[in-house]
Amino acid sequence: MAASEENVSIADHAKRTRREPGALRQYATQLAGNPLGIVGLVLVVLIIGCAILSPWIVPYDPTQIFVGPRLGGPSWAHWLGTDQLGRDTLSRVIAGSRIAMLVAVATLGTALTIGLLLGLIAGYGPQWLDNILLLLFDAVRSFPVIVFGLALVTLLGPSLQTVILVVAITSVPIYARIARTQTQSLRNAEYIQAERAMGAGTMRTLAIHILPNVIGPLLILVSMDVPLVIATEAGLSFLGMGVRPPTPSWGTILNDGYGVIRNSPWPVISGSVPIVIVTLGFTFLGEALRDIFDPKLRRDL
Amino acid sequence: MLFYFIRRLGLSVIVVVLAVTILNVMLHLVPGDPAVMILGPRATPELIAKTREAMGLDRSFPMQMAIFFGNVLRGDLGRDVFTDRSVTTIVMEQLPYTLMLITASIAWAAALGIPLGCYSALHRNTWLDKITGVLSVSTISIPSFVMALYALLAFAVGLKWFPAVGAGEGFADSFHHLVLPAFAVGISWVGYLARIVRASMLEVLGETHVRMARAFGLRERKIVVAYALRIAVLPAVTLIGAGVAYLLSAAVFAEVIFARPGIGALIVKAVDSRNYPIVLGCVLVTTGIIVVATLISDLVNAWLDPRVRENL
Amino acid sequence: MPQAEPLLTVSDLSLDFGTPRGRLHALRNVHFAVPKGRIVGIVGESGCGKSTLAHSLMRLVPGNADIVAGTIDFEGENILELGERRLRELRGQRISMVFQDPMTALNPVTTIGRQMYEIQYRSKRSSAEKRTAAIEMLERVGIPDAASRLDAYPHHFSGGMRQRLCIAMALLTRPALLVADEPTTALDATLEVQIINMLKDLQSDLGCSVVFVSHHLGTVAELCDDVVVMYAGEVVEKGPVREIFHRPSHPYTQALFECDPGRIKEKTRELPTIPGELPDLRNVPGGCIFKARCPKAFGRCEREHPEPYVAEGEDHVARCFLLDEEEVAA
Repeated sequence: MAASEENVSIADHAKRTRREPGALRQYATQLAGNPLGIVGLVLVVLIIGCAILSPWIVPYDPTQIFVGPRLGGPSWAHWLGTDQLGRDTLSRVIAGSRIAMLVAVATLGTALTIGLLLGLIAGYGPQWLDNILLLLFDAVRSFPVIVFGLALVTLLGPSLQTVILVVAITSVPIYARIARTQTQSLRNAEYIQAERAMGAGTMRTLAIHILPNVIGPLLILVSMDVPLVIATEAGLSFLGMGVRPPTPSWGTILNDGYGVIRNSPWPVISGSVPIVIVTLGFTFLGEALRDIFDPKLRRDL
Repeated sequence: MLFYFIRRLGLSVIVVVLAVTILNVMLHLVPGDPAVMILGPRATPELIAKTREAMGLDRSFPMQMAIFFGNVLRGDLGRDVFTDRSVTTIVMEQLPYTLMLITASIAWAAALGIPLGCYSALHRNTWLDKITGVLSVSTISIPSFVMALYALLAFAVGLKWFPAVGAGEGFADSFHHLVLPAFAVGISWVGYLARIVRASMLEVLGETHVRMARAFGLRERKIVVAYALRIAVLPAVTLIGAGVAYLLSAAVFAEVIFARPGIGALIVKAVDSRNYPIVLGCVLVTTGIIVVATLISDLVNAWLDPRVRENL
Repeated sequence: MPQAEPLLTVSDLSLDFGTPRGRLHALRNVHFAVPKGRIVGIVGESGCGKSTLAHSLMRLVPGNADIVAGTIDFEGENILELGERRLRELRGQRISMVFQDPMTALNPVTTIGRQMYEIQYRSKRSSAEKRTAAIEMLERVGIPDAASRLDAYPHHFSGGMRQRLCIAMALLTRPALLVADEPTTALDATLEVQIINMLKDLQSDLGCSVVFVSHHLGTVAELCDDVVVMYAGEVVEKGPVREIFHRPSHPYTQALFECDPGRIKEKTRELPTIPGELPDLRNVPGGCIFKARCPKAFGRCEREHPEPYVAEGEDHVARCFLLDEEEVAA
């Protein structure tokens, strides 16, 4: 059942890649008709804007202590309050959006590239290689991300690079699996069989026919994974296993807040705002995009 | 059936072996003496020599792996260098707490999520369906540790309805301590399950055999339960089985945030003190939990679906 | 038709589908009767509304369908006005149905036996008797070794066997009317012949009436007593099978016969097709529904919607002005 569904999605996708003029406009109209998608788009733009513009829009120096009272609640001077060292939470949160986006782009880029490559190899290569790769993917996937990350942290020490490595390694199998299934069903598609019968080389077939059709659905999945990656980074940093203080990361801000949760609720509440915004934003947007481009696409969990 | 069990178990063993191999290989790939890595900051020359010998570091790498797996097979995960207690004992002491937490989380999530998804599918586009839809997406996307922090803040620190720390003693007290962590771990699964059950329920309700049951005038409740839901829960069962890995990740945070004992809390502490044998032990046990969970979900699927049963 | 009193009479039935792009008038003023003990075939191209019609006979229409007018009189009751409870009593008891795709028509996770007991849930017979009835019916539809097959699941059977199972289930409760919606479309030709012969035998044994939906003219000629020809949601011609096949009176029926590969006698390189497309049923054009594709269309077809005019032979009518006496006279 799953296989046939995927075939349908590929057929649909192949159809859609031959875009008519005005298709972009049509997508925009479709997005406009989806209120949650609009909310998502606004939130995503907000966060990306913060990440890019953060050095210029922070009201205070995010690492400067005692710019305000300790553990102050929201006020006109400090919209999201201040932490236990009197640092401005809003400034820290905005600065943290840079780390979050950096991790998201770096990990997803790495994971997508490696996943795509392995998926193409597994889907197009010999059967035995496919079997071995599948087993590997399953092995990596049967680790809980955090436990796996913690094991790596023990070896490599906590750092931004470790976080990126952890999330990339755990995401690769997901993309690789999907790329593999898509490649396999495309490989058996009649037009590709015909092309091969006429003597087209492997590289040509892969580059011209398979890659463009595999990458589309993968990109949608990647965009839906952004919140997951950001949450993992924040989670590891929260546990003190990711980005180290004093670099402001959303996870460390929350960790600071957790330490003083009995004294003031504000650091935790304010610290969680960006995570909630970014996860909801990307999820709403991702869902809307998926509905528009590829309603049949599902994660093969 | 027996064949299925053997095959499934064989696959699981391969997965566990691969997982441990990867971690072991990494231990050797990281620059520096593996014995020093294992000992972390406590390394003294005598301890290093002792550990080197125990790991067989002077022998070939395959030999080291063989020694390691031999030990694992005997249930010997090594000794905690610091306290000299058996790692197996330490891990097993913590295991019940984590198992209790994830079981409770799955149980309440399934008890709420499956009926909710079923209701949504049967009453499509009603206000409850729409609210469930938005709430599902929201609870799925908000990370579990944020949920745990909110739960802690609202119900433990603020309202003081539930304790904030520990696992409690005795049944009632343990239950009382379990509520908030299980809430935090399970909440996103309510949304997950509701969504997947709704989708598959809609699919099944549109199938010809449901129409045929209607054409035979069977009672609506019978059709919904025996003809539709029984088939619609199959993907949910698979999802739970595959999702235990995610549940375990969430459990790590819940245990840290609510200061509960458990594998998650143990591993975090071990990472902090760079206690590699304990970390490795925890990884093995969690992988084991995942393997067993997948097995259980396969069995439940087989029990519900004869087609799966015969393909085993 | 006058020799037998009607079991089912559909009068003036109109059905709309609500779609995002407007209301689709899928059935318009459908009128036909099913006499007791006879087999009525409904033929037409895909999309002509024949399956929708078959499903609406049991009010088994999808949620976006809306029956806007008409009555379906069955044994003195109007099916369209029955309460849910009474409707459920009729379904599977007095009327039953065989679906197009036998591969998906049976509950995949329940044994055949269990499904056959469950549809007898109203019967006060003991479970042993229900079992016997099930076995007997399975034997009648030609399932070998029926008693032991009760514990099998649908996926243990081939497509042809599954359709036999569906027919057995449909006839198990001895209904007065069997609605068969393209029961042989999903099967290959040899199986089709077997199933048709079996249906014919069972029908004459049990004496029930059958509504048989098909796009295959040969099958209809083989099996049916009366034929209803549908085009774009309307009944364009109906009458006894012999009349329709020997003297098709509506240009659409004639075109349909010309396109039937089984009836083409000369050697040609191309299969004939009816030129043109089905009209848009969201915006039903005025005049005759077939006019755009009709080789014989003339002025009046543009302006007026034809009544059912009497054609040659008994009980044979067609919605075509060429049969109107005025036109014939002119």
